[in-house]
Amino acid sequence: MTAPFFFWFFAAIVVFGAVGVVAMRQPVHSALFLLLSFFGVAALFITLNAEFLAAVQVLVYAGGIMVLFLFTIMLVNIRRTAGQPYVHRQAGAALLVAFFLLAVVGGTIVASSRTSSLADAPADPAKLSTTTISRMMTETVDGKTVKTPVTEQVAGNSQAVAWGLYRDYLLPFEVASVFLLVAMIGAVVLGKRTMEYVD
Amino acid sequence: MIGVTHYVALSFLLFAIGVTGVLIRRNLLTVLMSIELILNAANLNLIAFSRQLGDLNGQLFAVFVITLAAGEAAIGLAIIISMYRLKGSVNLDDASELKG
Repeated sequence: MTAPFFFWFFAAIVVFGAVGVVAMRQPVHSALFLLLSFFGVAALFITLNAEFLAAVQVLVYAGGIMVLFLFTIMLVNIRRTAGQPYVHRQAGAALLVAFFLLAVVGGTIVASSRTSSLADAPADPAKLSTTTISRMMTETVDGKTVKTPVTEQVAGNSQAVAWGLYRDYLLPFEVASVFLLVAMIGAVVLGKRTMEYVD
Repeated sequence: MIGVTHYVALSFLLFAIGVTGVLIRRNLLTVLMSIELILNAANLNLIAFSRQLGDLNGQLFAVFVITLAAGEAAIGLAIIISMYRLKGSVNLDDASELKG
């Protein structure tokens, strides 16, 4: 799909960042490794012809979510847990489960990579940046209004995604905005109220 | 030649690292970061298949996953602040009321 160098380079960054998130003792170090991982994923999106999503990834994840995390780390006092172990007692069992998961699904991916459609050549990347829109063109001919359907192509990944979102996925898009409103109100209420702890 | 298999394998590796983080860490903040890693892995998978099949729907799903991740992070961090006020700690082991 792309030059192998870019894939391996950014894949290494993503995995390095992800391992750093899990392995670092201080949450602020984890957050910075998470930022590295987000940027790596954004770069991989570009190699997959998803330029709009790469920009959204940087803006929303590396911009918004990361600031939220850093503010929260600032608000909660992390020094207090400095001396304690930072992994669970059942970390060994958890690692075993994770490796089992890795083996099973990884084996499935490797096994299916030769036989299934995963081995097929990728589709034409131009499909991801063009979309056909059809609309009614209104014009006045001899004093009468005549509507004629026209189809046109838009080019560019952002435009194609926008047409998909506002035409094909309009209802989910509106539901997503209601979801964000609910999340915002919920976050404000949860963050504002001082809860009484009843033992 | 880098194909969709490489991206799917990378996405799964990211997912497994995220699951490991959720399972082994005691700090709620790091657990939430690991969940973000898992959502990123899902996005990578969706977009890799979108590229493979030449179908824009995968990218559109990823937009909704990112929306969901933003809401989830906001609520999760509000819960963490709420818990910190209540307990003075963000340790998962300290939230054991429902254990009985």
